[in-house]
Amino acid sequence: MPANTAQDETTLGDTTRGIKSRKRNRGLSRRNLLRGAGAAAGLVGLKGFPTVWAQNIKDVTLLHAGPPVSAIQQIADQATKDLGFTVKMQLVQSADMLNRLLSQSSAMDVADISIPYLKYLVGRNVLQAVPVSKYKYWSQTIPLFTKGEYPDGRKVSLQGTAPYSVQYATGPDGQKFADGPSEWLTGIPTFTNADTLGIRPDLTGRPITSWADLISPDFKGKAALQDNPAIGVIDVAMAVEARGDLKYANKGNMTRDEIDKTVALMMDIKKSGQFRSFWASFDQSVNLMASGEVVIQSMWSPAVTAVRTRGIPCTFQPLKEGYRGWGYLLAPMQHVSDLKLDCFYEYMNWYMSGFPGAVIAREGYYSPVPETTKKFLTQAEWDYWYDGKPAATDITDPFGKLMEKAGRSRDGGAFWERMGNIAVWNAVMDEDRYLTRRWNEFITS
Amino acid sequence: MSPQAVSWLQVSPLAVVLVVLFALPTVLFLVVSFFDYDRTGIYPAFIFDNYRDLLTTPATIRVYVSSLRFAVIVWAITLVLGFFLAHFLIFHVRSGVTRAVLFVLCAIPFLTSGIIRTIAWIPFLGRNGAFNQILIKLNVIAHPLDFLLFSDFAVILTYVHLFTLLMVGPIANAMSKIDPALLEAARDAGASRFRTMVEVIIPLSKTGIALGSLLVFTQVMGDYFVVKTMSGGQSASIVSALSTEIQAMQYPPASANAMVLVIFVAIMVAGMMRVVDVRKELAS
Repeated sequence: MPANTAQDETTLGDTTRGIKSRKRNRGLSRRNLLRGAGAAAGLVGLKGFPTVWAQNIKDVTLLHAGPPVSAIQQIADQATKDLGFTVKMQLVQSADMLNRLLSQSSAMDVADISIPYLKYLVGRNVLQAVPVSKYKYWSQTIPLFTKGEYPDGRKVSLQGTAPYSVQYATGPDGQKFADGPSEWLTGIPTFTNADTLGIRPDLTGRPITSWADLISPDFKGKAALQDNPAIGVIDVAMAVEARGDLKYANKGNMTRDEIDKTVALMMDIKKSGQFRSFWASFDQSVNLMASGEVVIQSMWSPAVTAVRTRGIPCTFQPLKEGYRGWGYLLAPMQHVSDLKLDCFYEYMNWYMSGFPGAVIAREGYYSPVPETTKKFLTQAEWDYWYDGKPAATDITDPFGKLMEKAGRSRDGGAFWERMGNIAVWNAVMDEDRYLTRRWNEFITS
Repeated sequence: MSPQAVSWLQVSPLAVVLVVLFALPTVLFLVVSFFDYDRTGIYPAFIFDNYRDLLTTPATIRVYVSSLRFAVIVWAITLVLGFFLAHFLIFHVRSGVTRAVLFVLCAIPFLTSGIIRTIAWIPFLGRNGAFNQILIKLNVIAHPLDFLLFSDFAVILTYVHLFTLLMVGPIANAMSKIDPALLEAARDAGASRFRTMVEVIIPLSKTGIALGSLLVFTQVMGDYFVVKTMSGGQSASIVSALSTEIQAMQYPPASANAMVLVIFVAIMVAGMMRVVDVRKELAS
């Protein structure tokens, strides 16, 4: 057995608020889940779980590189404790991450990457595929990822880089996307969310119901965009389409002509003085909103809560056209093999067994395997984050800081109310080279 | 050791630094700027596409005009401010101690990072910021002034705040070398204060003015952070356009952009050097 079996709930309780009390009420012990090996594996009824018993397992170190959202020390510490080998977290972001993946991929073992980046990575001998048979939770993963459907059978929007469209690989080397389900995954989806506009309900002066409000003259000089070609253009496309100016075949993969038309419109809107600012970082978006410089802007979920914890009203406003969805996935680098690869499989299964999902849930993001995450959240946390119910207790972030006072409900409601209405996904467009050029022209206009 | 060897030895540290940290990277940029690229890779080639794309995009002209405009405005303001501040410090402050204290006061802000000094303006100038609130409380204005932040005004204000000392330093240094006897002689010869300034002080401070101008000009042309932050991303600078390309992994066009910027700034600096021969002035 891994060397860590002696680990008890108390140590876990140090890092994760409320697990202890919750655990007592559950029939299925967390230990069974974490120790998904030996007898426990039989207990939860799963086959093919890798059994890494080698003595030298404790010499293995997996280097996991990911974005600030998930590259959290708490997760690495817990994994090291639970698994018997060392997991190291390294924080690398967006372009730097991509750069490192493409130029020095052997410097890390596990990549935690934004799903659209697969378009840059697959076919470049950077990552390898994960066999479905090695992954315990694929059958419990939400159908958004596994089948490109909502649970009620509706098809998910394929606009943008839809996770389903890049989920399967044609073979174990993972160098080509498969058209439909196959035996190999390009990576295992780890967290996802539905983004919309953040607003200051006290300052907008009227209800906000549509993406078109982002470019409404009512908010002249009080709107902001994210300074990022891929996301900024999609947000504006949502707005101009909602207003009826343009119709897109695929907002997340525009033709040159569509890019030209959109950028031309954007320049007009900019010239009219619509935008107060463009933000490039989390803090900037929070400050713009909190100071009242901006009353409507594209925003991230935790940024909205960050404004609210300052006592300033801010809403992550659900809009009738739907959300902009995104997700991350975890994949082993091509060079990972043998024992290390077995360790990766074990790490990946651990990763989706609930603990990281709960940490990330407290930031406002969802796990694609909600059932396992539920076991690591308190009832109040589950109700608030996933069920859209009013919080029974104060809700805190992964580091114990107050996120939301008791009694408040999450904007947009329950999991499927939000994730069930994705209009477009974050994307890398085929014409991204051209898009960058035109975006520069927009910013300088 | 022969005197020649000693000379070589003396220049070698700087030469090594310049070659390794400046010349080699520049050559690398030059080479890469002719490469081909796609979404994920760069491919050795010798094509002019990157330069063609760059020079035919209206955005290029716009960012150059915009950066140049900022540079000229900031240069003019910091020159006037810097010149008179230096003049005051050198010719009006009699006590050496007071002068030293005042210089330190000028320098103290430099102990914090430029980024902090830039960001500090935001809460002050914002729509609901300190300055607007003061004006409203004093009944000077009824509605907050929006142009104070995320505007060209904000960018220029911050530049002036950050870079005036770069002008004060070299000019004060040049002025401190002026022999006070020259000024007395001018007065004895019946020159007015204005004439003394124009005919004695300014010509003798030329080196300082040139050096200060050079520092301010290159800082503004190479800036990325201030423009981006203080214009709220509404204005772009040459470097911010370059940065967008790097973020999108488009290294060859970014290299081409960098080469054009280096050449452009080199020409501007060469132009300034023609006006004042800094080397000759420094030697004297």
